Amino acid sequence: MELLTPKTGLLFWQLVIFVPFVFLLIKFGWKPILASLQEREESIQKALDAAEKAKIEMTSLKSDNEKLLKEAREERDRVLREAREAANRLHEEAQVAAKKNADKIIEDAKSIIQIEKQAALRDVKAQVAMFSLEISEKLIKKNLSEDKQQKELVNTLIKDLKLN
Amino acid sequence: MKKPFLVPKKPFLALIIAAFSFFNMYTADAQESESQEKAHAEEFIISDVILDHVMDSHEWHLTEGLVIPLPIIVYSKEKGLDFFSSANFFEHHHPVEYNGYKLENNHILLSNSGEPVLDLSITKNVAMLFINTTILLFVFLSVAKAYKTNAGKAPKGIQSLFEPIIIFVRDEIVKPNISHHHERYLPYLLTLFFVVLFGNLLGLLPGAGNLTGNITFTLFLALITFFITNFSGNKNYWSHIFWTPGVPLALRPIILPVEIIGIFTKPFSLTIRLFVAITAGHIVLLSLICLTFIFNSYFVGIGASLVVVFINMIELLVAGIQAYVFTLFTALYIGMATADEHH
Repeated sequence: MELLTPKTGLLFWQLVIFVPFVFLLIKFGWKPILASLQEREESIQKALDAAEKAKIEMTSLKSDNEKLLKEAREERDRVLREAREAANRLHEEAQVAAKKNADKIIEDAKSIIQIEKQAALRDVKAQVAMFSLEISEKLIKKNLSEDKQQKELVNTLIKDLKLN
Repeated sequence: MKKPFLVPKKPFLALIIAAFSFFNMYTADAQESESQEKAHAEEFIISDVILDHVMDSHEWHLTEGLVIPLPIIVYSKEKGLDFFSSANFFEHHHPVEYNGYKLENNHILLSNSGEPVLDLSITKNVAMLFINTTILLFVFLSVAKAYKTNAGKAPKGIQSLFEPIIIFVRDEIVKPNISHHHERYLPYLLTLFFVVLFGNLLGLLPGAGNLTGNITFTLFLALITFFITNFSGNKNYWSHIFWTPGVPLALRPIILPVEIIGIFTKPFSLTIRLFVAITAGHIVLLSLICLTFIFNSYFVGIGASLVVVFINMIELLVAGIQAYVFTLFTALYIGMATADEHH
């Protein structure tokens, strides 16, 4: 039974010791320990969060880069296309101009030819006139006797000349 | 206070056996009693020997010739406050009266009237309490200091030894059981856990006092739990006790006393559980060692020593488990007293 009876002495000392002990241990032991533990846990959490954030930023940066690259590629394609179009246009214009030029040259040539032809015709007409004079001369010399045939011949020749 | 012992026939070998169980110096007493008590060799009363070691005492008996006298502080109406050494009660190992006081069965009485006095002596358990408190303060203040000097770095040394335990108490015992303001109760619960743990472990040391196996000590801790629980009890807690929900009116006269008794059975169970677990462990160890002296045989001595080694390992486990259980139940009671309504 002795074992089971609480003793005043021990209870008294416990009361005396325990209150300041608990106070000291809480104030100078647990408070700083628990605060540091929490602080460290928070800093670890913060570091993990920051790493996660950095990872996300990296991916967005990467996608930004890709976007930029894509834009640059598109820009390049567009510039190239425009350049090609411009070149084509220039080429066509040049062709048109050349054709126009050529046409003009042809036109000029044609008009020159016409003029030349007119001149040539005039020459021919003069020649024909001369030939007819020579022919008429020869006919006169040869067929003075035959009036009728003479007339006919002259007529025919003149008709031919007119036709030409 | 000497108890009669059975004296081993070959003291030297008995000493060796005792040395084998060096972790448990209780056996040393068998040696010491040898010289004077050959005559009472037959009167070996095992329960007295064991109880003598489990219980509190006014002197610290380490081994033969190594008795630390402890201060006696007594108060009585007749003689007022008195302060002297417990060595005064013994002369050549025989109990004597001193200054009108006598020591009988560990109680200090007035020698003329036989009346008990108010005994506030520094007994073995009070001394253990001082030692336990000092070690705890030293250890945890240095841990706290390590957190300051080591701030922002990985824990090391004593700090890394205790950090997992502190986190275990916080995350496994306190947080799951106390849903509101667990941080308010955490410092005390940590104190409680380590007081019980260190007390249990120190009690296992050779020659140490049995502090956590003392019912006064466990009662004191249980009373603190009782006060914290009831002072932090919210409206739900009290309404649950005095007007238990869902109980028919006819049953209320029965339920109400049951609930009120329940308030007191909680600390009572805490008191008994720790006291019994630790004291029983010590009694088992001592019984096994006493077997050697009952059978008076080397073989039994060796066998008992081996079993004692094994039981000591279990006692180490029990030391941790009881600290865990005491803290767990305290946290549970506080949690129940502060919980929200949930029906």
